[in-house]
Amino acid sequence: MAQAAELELRGVSKRYAGQREPAIHGLSFTVPAGDVCVLVGPSGSGKTTALRLINRMIPTTSGDILLGGRSVLEREPKELRREIGYVIQQIGLFPHQTVGENIATVPRLLGWHKDRIHARVTELLELIDLDPAEMRERYPAQLSGGQRQRVGVARALAADPPLMLMDEPFGAIDPINRGRLQDEFLRLQAKVKKTVVFVTHDIDEAIKMGDRIAILREGGVLAQYDTPREILTHPADDFVAQFVGADRGLKRLALTTLAEVRLIEPDTMTREPSANGALRLPRETSVRDALSLMLTADGEPASVLDDEGNVEGLLTLALIEQMLSDEAAEAPHAGAGAGSSTVIEQTAEGGR
Amino acid sequence: MAAAAGSIVASVVAAGEPVIPNYGAQSSSCVVHNHLFCTDWVSHNWGPVLWPALRGHILLALVAVGIGFVISLALALAAYRYGCLERPTTVITTILYTIPSLALFELLVAPVGPNVYSAEIALVSYTLLILFRNILTGLRGVPAEVLEAAEGMGMSRRQALVRVELPLALPAIVAGLRIAVVTIIALATIVYTIYNAGLGVPIHTALGEGPFKTELIAAGGLAILLALTADALLVLVQRLLTPWTRARAT
Repeated sequence: MAQAAELELRGVSKRYAGQREPAIHGLSFTVPAGDVCVLVGPSGSGKTTALRLINRMIPTTSGDILLGGRSVLEREPKELRREIGYVIQQIGLFPHQTVGENIATVPRLLGWHKDRIHARVTELLELIDLDPAEMRERYPAQLSGGQRQRVGVARALAADPPLMLMDEPFGAIDPINRGRLQDEFLRLQAKVKKTVVFVTHDIDEAIKMGDRIAILREGGVLAQYDTPREILTHPADDFVAQFVGADRGLKRLALTTLAEVRLIEPDTMTREPSANGALRLPRETSVRDALSLMLTADGEPASVLDDEGNVEGLLTLALIEQMLSDEAAEAPHAGAGAGSSTVIEQTAEGGR
Repeated sequence: MAAAAGSIVASVVAAGEPVIPNYGAQSSSCVVHNHLFCTDWVSHNWGPVLWPALRGHILLALVAVGIGFVISLALALAAYRYGCLERPTTVITTILYTIPSLALFELLVAPVGPNVYSAEIALVSYTLLILFRNILTGLRGVPAEVLEAAEGMGMSRRQALVRVELPLALPAIVAGLRIAVVTIIALATIVYTIYNAGLGVPIHTALGEGPFKTELIAAGGLAILLALTADALLVLVQRLLTPWTRARAT
């Protein structure tokens, strides 16, 4: 297995010939090896351009891009691209090739032996939960949209690249399947642990997928680079606050499960679940969902159950309010904006 | 030409009479009375007349479409890469396509001579527009995201062309070949005006002799059968080469 590699952008700019304003302006950030970095921003913020600078599909005007400490600008573009997984929104599977042939694209370009390619294709199909016996010989036209997207991801993973670039990979999928594919990709990423740069215009997707989020504003300027929680708690400026939305408090609650909340001790109450109101929630529930359910139940407190079904503690609206204001009162971490050096400790996030 | 005209006049004068002068030795009563179709004449003349004409016809068409395809492919690849070449190439091949075929054959005789070269040059020139257009359309029809994926995965331009673009253009290319082949098989029947080859030779002879119905139907029928067979073969080739076009969601 190739190790995931650290990606570093150093003052990267892109100016198209004949245009006064740069498309990307002085972009600097570092994605630690094995992390998912989401590039997010409104249209015109250059997020796709930034992505394509990394695999040199668009030439960089100035600055440097380092992959595993080595400048990509010194590399032969074709060889570089074979080392970087590439997934695009429209997937771009080759319609005249079977699923197996599609996945084998980069290994074939690299001249792998056919037995090794066959074994790798089998392994990848199993990784994305497609039955190799059934799916290998199918053509893309015979797959569902979700299956095509998964094959696209498998194809990008085929040569075990240290870096994956994903350009709105789930953008063309309906919301229900998108959620499923996102979860599936996070499970996959937990196994393969690639360095991933993921472009989206959807802040909710960014919060869900990213270990780190780079928010770009128009003109390709980095507005903030930080963990989702930090961006939601301490937006660097009005632009970021507006971009993440007025509901950023709620989004933050979605990042936390009841297991992470310091609940009101149940020792004054009976541990019998039946005695503690109508709402009984398992500890994996996100605080956001808990809040929503409590509001529907006229603001009644909810009992949080541990894995055995015993009451672990009590959650009240006041407690949630307290939680939000405590977080906001914490000093913002340094490095908002160009924060390439900040390493923020994160508690386990919901859904990971 | 004057002799042919003369014999047509003679046949009009002698209408209703047996008018087959050259097949005396083998002539059956069917032939002598110029009935609609005499199988005995066909079996006697398959070896000396019909088969050589058919073989010559196949060769004329194969060579013309083969050379035409190579030239058109080169032109289409050039125009695909350098878009500015499309318009001039289209104009020139269209002009070639619109020249009346009989005139073109005669025009070529002066510089080239009444030989197989003139015949092939004329036939090739009629394939260019069809093949060029279809190949270019096929290449242009490759979806942008497929090209982006090919580039993003590290294919060179040549690899993308050979592994992705040309295979995906195949249905359009074969469609062009089918039209070109049928067109050229039909056109090759008038090659006889400058060069003694192809099914046009027995058709012309038959027309000059009555017309001699059996020979006219046999030779003309062979030309039609040849065109249909070639078309069917190309359909088969396409099915074998492009299995993905029939793959649909199960």
